[in-house]
Amino acid sequence: MTKFFNYAKRWLTTTNHKDIGTLYLWMSFILFFFAGFMALLIRAELFQPGMKLLQPEFYNQLVTFHGLMMIFGVIMPAFTGLANWQIPLMIGAPDMAFPRLNNWSFWLLPFAFVMMTSTLFMSGPAPNFGWTMYAPLSTTFGPPSTDYLIFSIHLMGLSSILSGINIIATIINMRAPDMTWKKLPIFVWSWLITAFLLLAVMPVLAGTVTMMLFDRHFGTSFFNAAGGGDPLLYQHLFWFFGHPEVYILIMPAFGVISEVIPTFSRKTLFGRTAMIYAIGCIAFLSFIVWGHHMFTTGIPLSAQLFFMYTTMLIAVPTGIKVFNWITTMYKGSISFETPMLFALGFIFMFTIGGFSGLMLSIVPADFQYRNSYFVVAHLHYVLISGSLFALFSAIYYWIPKWTGHMYSEKLGRWHFWLTVIGFNLTFFPMHFLGLGGMPRRIPDYALQYTNFNMIATIGAFILGFSQLLFLAVVIKTIRGGKKATAQVWEGAVGLEWKLPSPPSGH
Amino acid sequence: MNKNKKLFIILISACLFMFAFSFMLIPFYNVLCKTFGINGKTNTESIANKNVIDQSRTITVEFLATTNTQLPWDFYPETKKIIIHPGENKTVFFIAKNNSDQVITAQAIPSITPGLAAQYFKKIECFCFRKQTLQPHQHIKMPVVFFIDPQLPKNIHEITLSYSFYPLYTTKNMK
Repeated sequence: MTKFFNYAKRWLTTTNHKDIGTLYLWMSFILFFFAGFMALLIRAELFQPGMKLLQPEFYNQLVTFHGLMMIFGVIMPAFTGLANWQIPLMIGAPDMAFPRLNNWSFWLLPFAFVMMTSTLFMSGPAPNFGWTMYAPLSTTFGPPSTDYLIFSIHLMGLSSILSGINIIATIINMRAPDMTWKKLPIFVWSWLITAFLLLAVMPVLAGTVTMMLFDRHFGTSFFNAAGGGDPLLYQHLFWFFGHPEVYILIMPAFGVISEVIPTFSRKTLFGRTAMIYAIGCIAFLSFIVWGHHMFTTGIPLSAQLFFMYTTMLIAVPTGIKVFNWITTMYKGSISFETPMLFALGFIFMFTIGGFSGLMLSIVPADFQYRNSYFVVAHLHYVLISGSLFALFSAIYYWIPKWTGHMYSEKLGRWHFWLTVIGFNLTFFPMHFLGLGGMPRRIPDYALQYTNFNMIATIGAFILGFSQLLFLAVVIKTIRGGKKATAQVWEGAVGLEWKLPSPPSGH
Repeated sequence: MNKNKKLFIILISACLFMFAFSFMLIPFYNVLCKTFGINGKTNTESIANKNVIDQSRTITVEFLATTNTQLPWDFYPETKKIIIHPGENKTVFFIAKNNSDQVITAQAIPSITPGLAAQYFKKIECFCFRKQTLQPHQHIKMPVVFFIDPQLPKNIHEITLSYSFYPLYTTKNMK
């Protein structure tokens, strides 16, 4: 019993960046299976037309939870975990700038997610209005459990802000003496810019959900037309947060890919400065494109044109990044270990997601694609084959450093290929479903969509169950395996590869 | 460590500023909507008509009325559709009836389709300028006096004026 208490105390009170990084990664891993299980329920319902398994009300709750959990519970904490583990190692800092704050910013999260999940077990519906929480669905018509969601979003926001501050302070103040801005690894650069984005937009989300809370309980009318407010205001505020948010989800991924590609091509990154400027450029543009989520809300033509052109402009810095990764590989001596496979998958499929994004940015085309499965296909191509593939790549790349053991290359490859096949089977047909007019967020569909939906469901189950393989790889690597050298990868460059694997406690 | 503390304070203040900024965006959006006449909102105070009637073209104006689900009122336009010239004053009536046993105060919110026509749709008098209080089962006829600005773009031939009634508060019947 005392042994258990000591164990719990160690993890509850730890201020070591490595422990906290591990906690972040495990929590996001658990929520990944939880939210993934919900996705499988959604796909199971959609296997055939008609209401087969679930009640429509519960279906809406699943869609809401899947979205919120995957974004706030999986991708964001997983990247924060990577930052915690890697940034101090990569810049030669002994730990994060505020170790105790770091502990708090992690331990806020389990409470936030327990509070949010508890609504599923309450009498009355859980939040059921989609992850975007549009007013008046979440205000006038929101179920009572919405208040739990609002507070858990406050907690998540607080956690993200605190970890953002910690990361910025670490990068600015804690670098080793000769770690100049010019030498700063590109993963660290990308996290620095991401952290600034976090500080800029998480408070706006906090403000928006606070207004929601006030509208629900304190008689204000921010989003209520009767009292002189405007439901459209909600969408403006939400997407002012929401668009930079999607870049918060992808920019650390850019950093990871920019580390992995040079290592396995055994060349230095092509156009390093251009890569950093491109990230900065994307970060800036992300603040002036939110209107492209609102093309059909009746915003004036001039605004539609403005948002269309600025959105298209983002393709330029993103294109620079993709071309630079390809040029880095050009004439390199490439080997295809699992991290490299995921990085290559990222480049291929994230670019497909980028192109469908460009299609959506065109106003007249967007009127057709809006709210259809085309959008679902697009967002999963950028979030799964973008952010998630980069996370897999990063974990395979650095797990020998963290655990001191090599993972099983054979299982890693199986994981990669099953994931790629499952993923494309699931989401590629959704492009056609969307173009054919199948609306999103509805548990039933017309007969002509059946075949593609069946393919998608089969793909989703392959994708979902192959993640168990990843769990097996991770556990196996932690428990043993071939000893990893300090260098780990032949072509790897950077301070973290000078430290022993695993690095010592402090 | 002092260096870290200083940076922490700067960054936290930046966050607090952004939190306040989310509230500052509200007046900003309102000013934008007013300036560009978007959002389908019409004038909320009386405007005088100093225009010459443009006999050369006609505009079809249609009227819609809806009530919020929580408001036990009947609400409908007396006339569904009229055809007028730009610059011409016109009066139409909307009818509301309180079906409950309570005194209810409600506010009508107008909206114009197409949204870009909103700034050319001018009201001289409207029941939406004030709150409306109806006694139990009271039945009233409410006027809207309006004209259409002759500056209205030539490609607009039809305008729909829609009102939604929202409940503000209910006074318990003393009987």
